[in-house]
Parts: sequence; C-alpha cells; structure tokens
Amino acid sequence: MTAIVNRTRALLGPEMAGPGFALLAVLIFFGLGSPQFLSRATFGSVAFQLPELGLLTLAMLLPVLTGGLNLAITFTANIAGLTLAWVLQQNGGVDAGPVAFLLGSLLAIGAGALSGVVMGLVIAYTRAHPILVSLSMMIFLRGLGEFLTRGGDVSGFPSFLQPLGHGSILGFPVPLIVFIGCVAIWHLLLTRMKLGFNTYMIGSNIEAVRYSGINTRKVLVLVYTLSGAMCAVAGIVMLARFNSVRVGHGESYLLITVLACFLGGVNPFGGFGRVIPVFVALVVLQLLASGLNLMGANQHLATAVWGILLIAVMILRFAAGRIKFLKRKKG
Amino acid sequence: MESSPEPLLSLRNINMTFGGVKALKNVSFDVLPGEVHCLAGENGSGKSTLIKIITGVYRPQPGAVIEYDGQAYSHMSPVTAQSSGIQVIWQDLALFPEMTVAENIAFQTVLGRWPRLVNYNSLRKTAARALARLGVKLDVDLPLKDYPIAQRQIVAIARALVGEAKLVFMDEPTASLTQSETDHLLEIVRTLSTSGVAVVFVSHRLAEVLEISTRLTVLRDGALVGVYPTSGMTQSRITELMTGKTFDQTIRARDVSGNPVVLEVEGLSRPGQFEDISFTVRRGETLGITGLLGAGRTELALSLFGMLKPRSGAIRLEGKPMHFSSNRDAVAAGVAYLSEDRLSLGLIQPQSIADNLVIASLDRIISRGLLSDSRKRDLVAQWIADLGVKIGKQDDAISTLSGGNQQRVAIAKWLATDPRLLILDAPTVGVDVGARAGIFDIVAKLADSGLAIILISDEVPEVYFHADRVLHMAKGRIANWFTPRDCQLQDIEAAVYA
Amino acid sequence: MRKVVQSHATEFALLAVIAIISLFLSIITDRFFSLGNAFDLLNTSSVNIIFAVGLLVVLIAGGIDISFAVAASVVQYVTAILLGWMGGGSWLSGLLIAGGLGILLGAVNAFLIHKFRIISIVATIATFNIYFGLLMFFTRGVSIYNLPDWLTSRVILFEHEMADGSWIEITLPVLVMMICVVATWAFITRTTTGRQLYAFGDNPEGARRFGINIGAMQFIAFGWLGLMAGIGGLIQAHYAQEVVPNALYGRELDVLAAVVLGGARLGGGKGSVLGCVLGVLLISITQNGLNLAGVSPYAFKMIVGAIILVAITLSNTRIERLLPFMRQDGGRT
Repeated sequence: MTAIVNRTRALLGPEMAGPGFALLAVLIFFGLGSPQFLSRATFGSVAFQLPELGLLTLAMLLPVLTGGLNLAITFTANIAGLTLAWVLQQNGGVDAGPVAFLLGSLLAIGAGALSGVVMGLVIAYTRAHPILVSLSMMIFLRGLGEFLTRGGDVSGFPSFLQPLGHGSILGFPVPLIVFIGCVAIWHLLLTRMKLGFNTYMIGSNIEAVRYSGINTRKVLVLVYTLSGAMCAVAGIVMLARFNSVRVGHGESYLLITVLACFLGGVNPFGGFGRVIPVFVALVVLQLLASGLNLMGANQHLATAVWGILLIAVMILRFAAGRIKFLKRKKG
Repeated sequence: MESSPEPLLSLRNINMTFGGVKALKNVSFDVLPGEVHCLAGENGSGKSTLIKIITGVYRPQPGAVIEYDGQAYSHMSPVTAQSSGIQVIWQDLALFPEMTVAENIAFQTVLGRWPRLVNYNSLRKTAARALARLGVKLDVDLPLKDYPIAQRQIVAIARALVGEAKLVFMDEPTASLTQSETDHLLEIVRTLSTSGVAVVFVSHRLAEVLEISTRLTVLRDGALVGVYPTSGMTQSRITELMTGKTFDQTIRARDVSGNPVVLEVEGLSRPGQFEDISFTVRRGETLGITGLLGAGRTELALSLFGMLKPRSGAIRLEGKPMHFSSNRDAVAAGVAYLSEDRLSLGLIQPQSIADNLVIASLDRIISRGLLSDSRKRDLVAQWIADLGVKIGKQDDAISTLSGGNQQRVAIAKWLATDPRLLILDAPTVGVDVGARAGIFDIVAKLADSGLAIILISDEVPEVYFHADRVLHMAKGRIANWFTPRDCQLQDIEAAVYA
Repeated sequence: MRKVVQSHATEFALLAVIAIISLFLSIITDRFFSLGNAFDLLNTSSVNIIFAVGLLVVLIAGGIDISFAVAASVVQYVTAILLGWMGGGSWLSGLLIAGGLGILLGAVNAFLIHKFRIISIVATIATFNIYFGLLMFFTRGVSIYNLPDWLTSRVILFEHEMADGSWIEITLPVLVMMICVVATWAFITRTTTGRQLYAFGDNPEGARRFGINIGAMQFIAFGWLGLMAGIGGLIQAHYAQEVVPNALYGRELDVLAAVVLGGARLGGGKGSVLGCVLGVLLISITQNGLNLAGVSPYAFKMIVGAIILVAITLSNTRIERLLPFMRQDGGRT
C-alpha cells in the first residue's frame, strides 16, 4: 500500500498539493451549491472547453520550465490556423479533401515550429530575455496575421472537419482525445527523455548545464520549436471548433496559460514543474468556469475568480512554507 | 591580559538555535580597539552566525550580553550597529553594480526614511575623501560594474570608512584576489588598524591569518575553542584547533614515468592568457598545476576541456590530435573538468543529488530509448557508495549537502562519464579543512586505478603533498617544474610567491 | 564626452536609430519631417509615455507589472461613475480620484508581493485577471459616452499656424505627459528614495542589509506605477472622449516592449527616463512614418514587431557572443 502511495507521490510530486486541494474545494463547493453541477452536462462542457486552453498551456509550459516565457503562443496558433485554412482554400475550400487537410496540418505545424525556431535561436544565441523576444514575435505575428486577413474571418472548410471540433469517439470528445494525447507526449518528454531532463536543468542554471557538456543552445531552440508546434496543434483544433480562423482568436488565453502553469505548481523561475499537476489545474479552472456559469455568472467573472484562485493558492503555499519553517525552528 | 585596554566589543553567553540545531553554544568574543583580530573556523562553525548577531541581522537567545563602546545591549539591530560604527564587508560585498562608485561608497547618505534631494557633489566629495584615505584612485562617476573584483573590494572598504567605522568585519575578503591585490588589501587593513579602527578578519587562508592579525579566536561546531595570540602560531596548529584533529601529511608523489602517456600538450597558446605550454600526463599520474590567481591556470584547463579555443599548439590524447569545438567533444574524447566554481558552474544547486550526478552521462541510464528511473537510482546509489557520499535521499537538493559531499558528487558526475583524463580545478574551495583529506583520498584512489589527473590549486601544499609532479605557472607561462620527492614545500612556495 | 556616451549607450543607440528612420521617412514622404507632425506624434504618444515612465519605476525596483493597463481601465470607469455622482467635477477632482484609485490598485499588487512573497509576475497576472474580469462582469462591457464636458473637450494650451499651413498644437495630454516625465525623472534620479529603488532593484539582499525598508520600496514602486496608470487612464479617456472597458486591454505588453527597448532591464537596477521615452517614440515614429508613407495599417504592426525583434537581438548581441571562442573570459561573467 505504501509502495503505491510512494509511487503516486513520485508520479505527481510535491507540486500536486495546490491544484489537488483546489480541485477538491471546487468539487465540494459547487457540488453542494448547485445540484446540476455533478452531472454529465458539466463534464461534457468542460471536456469540450479544456483542449484549446490546455494545448496552449502545454505550449507555454516548456519555456516556463527553462525560466523563460512564450508570449507569442496565441498568435502562433492563429498563424498556424491560417496556414491550414490557406491550404484548404487552395484545394477547393469546402470541397477540399483529407489529403489537403493532412498536408495543411503538417504545414501549419511547420509554421508554428518556425516561429519557435526563430525565437529559440535569438534567445539561445543572444541571451536576450525570452519575455522580450517572444513579445516582439507576438507583435510581429499579430501584425502579419492582420495583414494577411485584413482583420476578417477566414472560413469555408470541408465538412469532415466538423467531428474534429465537435465529434466524440466512445463518448470522449475528439479535441479532448487530442489534448490528452499531447499531455501524454509532454509527460513522456519531460520525465523520460534527455531533452526533458535538460529542460529542467537549464531552468535552474544554464551555465552549469553548459559546463556539464550539454548543448544548451540546442535544448533552448528545441524547447521553443516544440512550443511553437504545440501552438499549431491548438490552432488546428481551434479552426475545427469554430469552423473559422480569426487573428486574435484565443488572445485572452495568453495570460491564463501562465496562470494555469503557476497554479499547477510550476516554479516561476524555472527548473521545476510537472505536466499532470498542470493538467489538474486546467481542469480546476474549467470546472470553476462551468460551475459559475451554472450559477448564472459569465466568463468574465470566472476570469476574475481564476485570478483570485491563483492568489489563494500562492498564499496557501506561503503559509505552508511558514508553518514548516516554524515547526523546524521549534523542533 | 591585565595591561590590555578595555575591549571595544565584548560578547558573553551567546546562544543561537536554527531548526533544532544549536548554531552557537555559549560563545564569548572580544575585540580590542584598533586591533586586527582573526575569526577562524570551518564552514558551519558559527563564524557568520556570530557576525550576523553582532550586526543585528539575527537576535541571540535571551541571556546574551553584548557590550559595545561602553553600552550594553541584549541584541543589536542593523540600524544601531551601523550608526554606532560597526561595518561589515560581506563576502559577496553587498554592492550595487549598476550604480556609480561614488554612490556605492557614500550610500549611507541616501539612506533614511523620508525622501530628500540627493546632493551629488557632496556625494562625490565624500567618496573621493574615503578613497584618498585608502590611498586609491578610482573614477567615482563610473558604474561599479566597470571595475574588477579587487577594486570593488576597495569600494566596499571605502564605504565602511564613510560610516565612521570603529569596528570593521571582513568576511573572506581575499577569496577572489590575486596575490598582489591581497598584499594591497592587507596593507589597507594595516592602515585602518593604525588609524584606530579595529578589524575582524574572517578568512580560511591560514597564511594571511598569521600575517595580518595579532589575536585569533577559533570556533568549532558553534563553540568557542579558544583565543590565542598569533605570534608563535603555525598553520598546522590552527588547522588542528579548527578541526580538532591532527593531520600528518606525507608526500604521495610516485614515479610513474614508465606508464603510457595519456595527454600530451605541445606549445599551447592563447595570447593574453597562456603561452607556449607543453607537458604530458601519464596513466595513473597526478600532475599538479599551481600559480597565483590570474596565472592562466583555469584558462588552460578550459582549453583542454574544449570551452576555449587555443590559438596555436597541439593537444594529443593517447597519441591522437584533438580539435575540440566544444566541451561535448572533449567529454566524448574522455576529458572531464571539475569547475573551480562549484556553486554556480559545477553543480546545479536547486536540483536533486541524483540529477546532478547523472547529467553528464544520461546515455548510461537509457533503456529502450527512454531514461530509466531505476537505472538512474542504481547508478547514483553505486557512486554514492563508491565515493562515500553522505546523503539523505537521492531526491534531496544538492544544496542541502555540505561542501565536501557536494564535491564528491561533482567528482562522481564526471567519473560516470568514464574519463581518461580528469581535471580538478581547485577541488577544495569551500570544502572544510577536515573534509579535504577525504577528497584527496579519492583522488589518490582514482590515480591508482589508472586515471590521468590534473590537479589545479593555488594552495601550494595541496599540490606538493598530493601530486606526482608540480608545474608552476606564472603570467601565462610555465615558470618551473618541481618533483615533490626532490624538493621542499618552501622551495615551491618561494617560487610561487616570489 | 566619451564617458557620457558610454554610460548612456542605449539612449544614444536609440537616438541614432530614430535619426536614421526619420531621415529615411522624410525622404520617402514629404509630410513626415514637419513640426506639425512632430507635435502630432507627441499628442498620440502621451498616454503610452505616461504608462511607460510608471512601468519604468517598477522595472528599476526589480519587479514587473502586467496589470497596470487594465488597472487604468478600472480607474477610468470608476472615475467616470464617481464624477457622474458628484455631478461633474473638474480636472482637479478628476485627477485626484484617478490618481488615488490608481495608487490603491498598485498597492494591492505591492501588498500581495510583499506580504505573501509572491513574485511580481505571478501576482500581477492574477490581479490582471481579477481587475479585468470584474470590470467586464460589472460593466457588462458597456461603454460610457456621456462624460463631463470638461473631460471631453480638447484643451489646447498653445497653437501656432506654420508657414506651410500645418498647425503646431500643444494639448493637455502633452502637458500632463511632460509633468509625469519630469516628475519621474526627478523622483528616481534626484531623491534619496529614488536611489534606494535603484539599489533595491540592483541588489535586493544588499539593500536589505543596509536596512532599506523592502516593503516600502514595493509600495512606492507599484504605487508610482498605479499613480501613472490612473493619470494615464484619465488622459486616455479625455483623448478618446469615451470610456470603453476593454480599450486598454493588451496595452501592457506594448508598453513593456517599448520600456525595455529603452534600456530598462527585467530584473532591476537599470533604466532611464530618457531611454524609456525614446523607446516609446521609436515605435510611434515608425508607425506614424509608415502610415504617412501609405503603408497599409495592417502591415505596419508587423513591421514594428520585426523592428523590435531586430533591435532586441542586436542590442543583446556582441560579436563574441555569436562566436563563443572569441570570448576572453571562458564563459564567466
């Protein structure tokens, strides 16, 4: 039994305390407060809303672990969506076939990765602060997208894309399956692969990692490339969900993804943080939104409550640290 | 004692506990006006805790008596300590690199609760006056970051003078200075002392302790060992007092000239840093390299490790010429380099013991294409046992270990890469005197197992007692070769400090 | 002179870049290089400069603030409502209310950061969401158009018709901007508190050992930014003649980019008011020039982004960084 507990603890890590506690609190609060909360409908809506924010959060997570940030995620997703939309339209718009979709998706992921490569190269070779590099990339991509679309929507996609945005397989929404797949990949990357290992190490002290004979520049470039590619996946899912692409779509998610990372116990300075607690944090955020929705509030109130939740978790962490410290002092 | 003047500072019955551990046990400490007093002890002996109590950063447990300049206190506060003339020059200097030299020196004048206008003219004058008192000329309008560490040290001392200091604490002030800079600093300390300022010198460099101070207070494990006059003290006696152990050192040097050559360096140059360096290291040999800070030792080591590119000359490993374009090539070729700066370059302090140990040899813990946690644990456990590292859990942060144990992990990290040549750059920096012997036991074992080792140290006795041959570098060139079996320690020291 | 150039390298580099861009733009357009256009530029950049000098103070103190632009929106909205209750008010009461509310919202950030040791980016991302979410929730996204007359009518302090028929105008936003700039400059370079802020940002542990009141530093830095955000918010409402709750959403990142372009360092201890103003001006001059040159407004955002990216890359690049073996120090700094 203790072995199982230890194994679970090893899998989840100390980061789990915050989001786990928040999950419990949200379930109990809304479960008691609203009879419809613990229902299929709530979980259905969470399951459909989770993936967009979730995929973008995964894109944010890797740079945050290296002690950076990628502020260009939402517009990278838009540009990737535009790439796919362009390929589909070149191949007949609503009549485009699955081959065009596959080709377009590959190109979209390539476009996302390219934005990551550029940021990664600048960050790795000039040591410019990632916040600035990704910020200027964000401003550039926003401009590029608005230039290409003149601020309008791009729509008219083949109908076989519908299920990707709205369909279910065995009762599981397709976007959720895509998201969980990506969570699994990220988990594997961070726990079982050299790149993931070095990502954490770089987050704590990049120079010491370089002195250990590791190509830190390559790691940084790969981290931002993967981040860009994950944005593209988010962009493709968003295209299917809304059946259109508009530059600025999902813009409001930008800072929420950072919030979700911190809520999931990721160290703001980098070096520490796991995928699963971040996943739980995302579920908590969506449950909160759905619960508040049931009680008649809108998304904006949910946004505010998300902010309050982050502060509450940080204060609890602070208090827990204090109590530990005092205990040690006494003992 | 009867003729000695009233102490400027007198502490009695000082106790301090952190997290259940007694950091200071009933310690007393006196400083006489104008004396140079040395506070010696290993890391964790309570030296810095004591300084922090005197300067008001910590509060001692009730019952403490602090008398300073004729007044009694139960505890100090940073403000009272500073305003009554107690100044500290911290090891990290606590300076402000982006601000000008003038502002750094005359920083006191911008303190205070309520905003006032800054008078830059008087600021500059104050700074210039303080520097003049030390006999130093610096451009006070330049930002401090434009000056090297030695000058920053002087700025920190000048700042202490502005505060009308009566008592100055210097925490490891010579740790990053070259010999001539150290000499200059010691000169300044003497100037201060003759002008009536008492200086308490905290240093692990025993030679300086003997040279500069008149009295010596030794702490061990948070308790007072004793107060001694420095005249008649020897380095080994101080070491004994600090560690409570006796060390009899024997020369390890052996003749390994029959072994095959591992590393051959020929005419290696990097203008401005080192020139025309040629030597060989054989299997099982420990080559000592010594010389003053700035002699080009670390730059030479980094060139052998592929992190700096030599302008000319050749490096051959087991006869094959090597052209490293990065340290990855060097590691692949079997070269390992233990950094002199363990805290910021050698180990990744916040991360776990296990991760620090495997970072350079991740390929060894891969099974079926993925990193294996169980392989990692086995590998770590094996090295921990082999090198006798004392740890709690493998997942604890490396920063929770003592300096000696951290250094063992750092050595293990490189041994795990299965090197042919191990370069140890200042392996005992920040390691307690008592734990150093353990590190050298490991080095000896490694050499016996056939590893070629380069041991770099600016502490001449270390290379004298532990290396087979000693290379003395000065101003980037090979100045002398010594064979410890055929010379005295004093011969090398005389050459190095000439 | 060499010393001045050395210690103000960023400012001189920015000036040079601005000069080159201006020269280029004055060749391809005939209207760019005129006094009239220059004053136009000042008018349109006023609000951003006010925000920028506020943010500069927080950056110097080693913090970052994501929430100030939405805080300015909250201030705008609440001030407009309060003024309505008061039956109009005046510039004086308006500025007092807006400034006071701004300081209050800044103090919330400082409180969270200091009291619970939450790092500033986490704390201000949280308050960003709280401020904006609550604002949109309570206002339902409805704008306010019936503002008091004094607030919406243009105040021209000085005007003069040039020979070429263009007008030089100094409007109220420019005056307020000038006051904010001078006040911030005097505050951070001429007062002891300002120097303490620099020291705190440069080396917080060193500052603490000197007995500098860390909590006070946080409240002063975030309070100053709050004050600037409040004033900037009111001026923006005056300039736009309406209060739209999400009008300033997203402005925080644009201003941040400009301030850092002006030489402020994320991490504290470094940055100047002049550099910060030049950073904002570089971006608005580029936009303005491209606009006059007839470039599509959709394209010039892209160009501005590219310019910032290149500028940041260049300002962080030294030859030895690109060629690691040229480095003399073996990687230590």
